[in-house]
Amino acid sequence: MISTHLPALQVIVPLMAAPLIVLLRSGRAAWLIAAAVSAASLACALGLLARARAEGIVSYALGNWPPPWGIEYRVDAVNAFVLVLVGLIATIVVPFGRASVADEVPAEKRYLFYAMLCLCLAGLNGIAITGDAFNLFVFLEISSLSSYVLIALGRDRRALVASFQYLIMGTIGATFIVIGVGLLYLQTGTLNMADIAARIDEARETRPVLAALAFLTVGICLKLALFPLHMWLPNAYTYAPSVVTAFLAATATKVSVYVLLRFWFTIFGQSLVFERLPMPEIFLALSVLAMFVASGIAIYQRNLKRMLAYSSVGQIGYMTLGISLANVSGLTGSVVHLFNHGVTKGAMFVFAAGIAASARTVDLDRLSGLAKRMPLTCAGLVIGGFSLIGVPATAGFITKWYLVLAGLERGSLILAALPAASSLIAIAYMWRFVETVYMRDPHPGLADVKEAPLSLLIGGWLLIAICIYVGVDSAWTVEAAQRAAERLLVGVQG
Amino acid sequence: MTDLGHFAYWITIFLMVAGLYVVIARGNLIKKLIGLGIFQTSVYLLYIAPGKLVGGTAPIIAEGFSVYSNPVPHVLILTAIVVGVATLALGLAIVVRIREAYGTIEEDEVLRSDEDEPRRGGE
Repeated sequence: MISTHLPALQVIVPLMAAPLIVLLRSGRAAWLIAAAVSAASLACALGLLARARAEGIVSYALGNWPPPWGIEYRVDAVNAFVLVLVGLIATIVVPFGRASVADEVPAEKRYLFYAMLCLCLAGLNGIAITGDAFNLFVFLEISSLSSYVLIALGRDRRALVASFQYLIMGTIGATFIVIGVGLLYLQTGTLNMADIAARIDEARETRPVLAALAFLTVGICLKLALFPLHMWLPNAYTYAPSVVTAFLAATATKVSVYVLLRFWFTIFGQSLVFERLPMPEIFLALSVLAMFVASGIAIYQRNLKRMLAYSSVGQIGYMTLGISLANVSGLTGSVVHLFNHGVTKGAMFVFAAGIAASARTVDLDRLSGLAKRMPLTCAGLVIGGFSLIGVPATAGFITKWYLVLAGLERGSLILAALPAASSLIAIAYMWRFVETVYMRDPHPGLADVKEAPLSLLIGGWLLIAICIYVGVDSAWTVEAAQRAAERLLVGVQG
Repeated sequence: MTDLGHFAYWITIFLMVAGLYVVIARGNLIKKLIGLGIFQTSVYLLYIAPGKLVGGTAPIIAEGFSVYSNPVPHVLILTAIVVGVATLALGLAIVVRIREAYGTIEEDEVLRSDEDEPRRGGE
């Protein structure tokens, strides 16, 4: 019985939790509810993944209005996988991040903080689950507006400026997406994604459809922070409360990558995007720039969170690289990297939250010799760094493996060498961290610094454990990603 | 004639570009938000205009009417207006907080005052 309504519950539970938290006005209750909601969200997502595996496509008519007239929630192998990632990250970051929230968010604002986190979760789940193009925009704005608030809650006043910049860029991106959806609606007369896909063939070569593709692509790329549209990301990640950074870095951009996959493959179809237009070439160039330039900028950052933020921009390049190659291996690499990078970066930002809570700074210049004071946190960050580099037996290696395979399948040694070459840059910026915390004498300011709060250590190490587990036994993630890739390449017929 | 027939689109495009220009070109945070508002409003027009048919009525089946206007765009835009209002309200709230923290709402002055300030650690 409950299994039929899983798609609705996936969104409704966090959405209803937010006003409940506001009414209760208690920081402790808010945390409990948010943690329970995150766990419920993960449970729903796992249930849906199992159903999508058994049934192929799970279609849910919201309010019992049959699609295409009503809003349809539509779950297949692709978005079930994304939902599991979002649920998993929330389930670890929200309960274990409590110490960091207590440290960085004033007590009287804490319940509002958790209300916003629930709204953000509802928005991200909604984006992933909906089968209606306009509904997607609404959920996008729910998640974006709540993340602007969450970022603005950072202690530093620069958080306000970062949040404002993100608000401007994010709203332009979201408005571009509505323009694109509007043009598609004008040409096809429908908003249901599957319905648009079925009808778009008649209008495939018309100018409004091409304009829609352009608007949607640019709008989504703003949200997913594709290099050179990433300008909002480093400041937002640096100055947001650490828990928010961990949550958003691991989920928000990943969900946007999913939206791009959905529009390109399911709605517009490969023949238009990849054969008629030079999209793969453009994306290949931008991905390579992201992998090398953004990662290169990461080397010069003096702030740990900012370094990790630039590394995220670089890692997004791997996801778009796999998309631009558009074969099963490339897409598998992209989709599996959503998960792998989400878990890795989530863990690293949770450890960064631990450093911020204990050492009161994330400035690398003032963290010298930190490993003597916080050995477990630093070790966790180094293992996370291995995954960013792509060392075997970590999650990052699996991604690199599939991207290299995809390059070889395209018959190009250069394409295959690119992911490996950009690992060298990851080594460079991680080495800076290792050199600072392991090889220098402890900074005098760190004299009485202790290990990070236990809950943050547990949260971070749980994510690292997952990161190593999927690196050693990648059967589950790769199989799920492969199903997703095949589903995407089937396109409309599915 | 066809150009004139598309005048709603010309206005839409003008508002769209004008709004986007204001967002990019102005350094005053309030003016940026005004530009953003114009930009979003242009999209309302993009949706609403095609929903109108000359001589069309509300889609209620009745004797003597055979041409109906599509009401769906109106409903969609009602949602988009709510989103726009929320964005503007949040944007203005952040500008108020920026003004409290920095004493100015000029973007270049805000950025400069962060550069001048001695480093206060990473956080």
